[in-house]
Amino acid sequence: MTATLPATPRKRAEIGRAPQDTRGNWRTYLALTAVMLVSAFPLYWMFVIATSTDEAVSSIPPTVTPSGELMNNLREVFSLQQVYFAASLINSVIVASVITLSTLFFCSLAGFAFAKLRFKGRNALMVVVILTLTVPNQLGVVALYILMGKLNWNGTLLAVIAPGLVTAFGVFYMRQFVQHAVPDELIESARIDGALTMRIYWNIILPAIRPALAVLGLLTFVATWNDFQWPLITLNGTEFPTSMVALSDLASGNYVIYRRVLAGAFAATVPLLILLIIGGRQIVRGIMEGAVKS
Amino acid sequence: MSLIERPPSRADTPAQQRPAPKDPGGWRLGFYRFDTKLMPYLLVAPFFILFAVFGLFPIIFNGVVALRNWRLDDPTQTGWAGFENFSKLLGDDDFWNALINTFGIFILSSVPQLLLALMIANLLNRKLRATTWWRVGVLLPYVTPVAASTLVFAVFFTRDGGMANWVLSLVGIGTENPIDWRADKWSSWIAIATMVNWKWIGYNALLYLSAMQSIPKDVYEAAAVDGAGPWRQLWQITVPMIQPVVVFTVILSTIGGLQLFNEPMLFDENPAGASGGSNGQYQTIAQLIYKVGWKDLNLGYAAAMSWALFLIILVVAGLNALATNRLGGGGKR
Repeated sequence: MTATLPATPRKRAEIGRAPQDTRGNWRTYLALTAVMLVSAFPLYWMFVIATSTDEAVSSIPPTVTPSGELMNNLREVFSLQQVYFAASLINSVIVASVITLSTLFFCSLAGFAFAKLRFKGRNALMVVVILTLTVPNQLGVVALYILMGKLNWNGTLLAVIAPGLVTAFGVFYMRQFVQHAVPDELIESARIDGALTMRIYWNIILPAIRPALAVLGLLTFVATWNDFQWPLITLNGTEFPTSMVALSDLASGNYVIYRRVLAGAFAATVPLLILLIIGGRQIVRGIMEGAVKS
Repeated sequence: MSLIERPPSRADTPAQQRPAPKDPGGWRLGFYRFDTKLMPYLLVAPFFILFAVFGLFPIIFNGVVALRNWRLDDPTQTGWAGFENFSKLLGDDDFWNALINTFGIFILSSVPQLLLALMIANLLNRKLRATTWWRVGVLLPYVTPVAASTLVFAVFFTRDGGMANWVLSLVGIGTENPIDWRADKWSSWIAIATMVNWKWIGYNALLYLSAMQSIPKDVYEAAAVDGAGPWRQLWQITVPMIQPVVVFTVILSTIGGLQLFNEPMLFDENPAGASGGSNGQYQTIAQLIYKVGWKDLNLGYAAAMSWALFLIILVVAGLNALATNRLGGGGKR
């Protein structure tokens, strides 16, 4: 039932009408505009300081418009010896891309199997997936560090990539999507034509779940890019920081230069802002769908 | 259960129909069997293997490490420590201090976070122009890297020349002595809670919004008889109807809030120390675990602390879920 409203007079209908059918009034828009300003302000402020000189940063009242020093500040950040900022951005791109691709591949495979294939223990295994959703991984960092030490991976990008290759959420999300997006008959008829499982995955499942891949891909990329604790533990002090680790280096030390720190923060944020502009719709959808289904 | 025992009748009929002089169907049949019986396991295997190695094993092994002496600086100090690490924990002032900080910041951040998210979801749950863009807009903080936004807030909350103090001075607060946000527990907690709230309100609002939109519309029609206005509509109809999601967000924010790490780390004037302020006034447990493990190099003790935190999260998340369930009258159902 979609909401095609009968042309009832407005006054009467205000009460008792579902909120989602009520038109937003000027107060709604005013309040939402305020919310937007608060959401965007720290980002704007980051930009302002990233473009400022030292004097402007600490001036009272604060300068609220950008100046022209962005390139200078960025150049300083990129040329700092111990921070490896340029490399860190590349590292973040590598880590986030590999993890995103692998999550999409493995999670869609598993999601397909759980949704459409029949095998012994399927339901029990799915319960295991759901249970693992609730395990806070952060609490294993000490042992994870020891494990990575045995593998000799600490301080390399592998240590950051390996634990992120799949997520229980991804499997769960893909299973839900495949279940609804691909009719059983389609798979049955492909079987009759003699198609093997992987061919069905490639020719039927993958094209049908493209929207879900976009959503999961964006969410995974954002989460990986922003991950801080584990990369800090395993990569800190090496020549292979991710951009988040490099940022914390930039902000450490006895004499921190804010315009420089925030120029770095700005550089590490821009890729995600671009993603939000391109894929905002998908990210919103992913979060909202995840809520209903979990 | 005949779930798997589907005879491969249909797919291999082509092979049987054909005379097939050279290929009697043997390897084909075998291959087909493999494809239907074993392939599903191959498809789910990567998840389970990777999770077992990098997710489950560390958590279990963490329990072993917690019972041992395990130092990064001195490999000779090994062997079983029994419950030494745990008993040390009980008498460790740093741990209790961090526990209090964690809970203080958690309360200051989770309660306003969820209430404001509810308000914003209610605003978004209208017929709006440019619906999508409002929703994308509230996600700006979610997408912004914590490290980046925290550093902005760190500047925002500096004592001299910080934006926060400047705004407060406009209304006459702290004009003589500007607030030193990092110096005290209450002020640093507020600053850190502000960052957490900023980041997560929009995300939670979308979770609520999604639940609100699946409320059947006739529920509102029925309630119109009592003449409920928008405000009562929100509290008496909408909120009880989305209660499962509210419980879900309470659990999520408990798990996240009690593991808070990034904000207190980067709010510090020197993040590398992981000390949570000059006197540990905003050091959280997750931060203390990092400090004990990788600054004091005592992994055994850090592992014990992780287990303690795990138990605390389990208990608090359970209690919070129960309480939320009760509040909404979920007990009756």
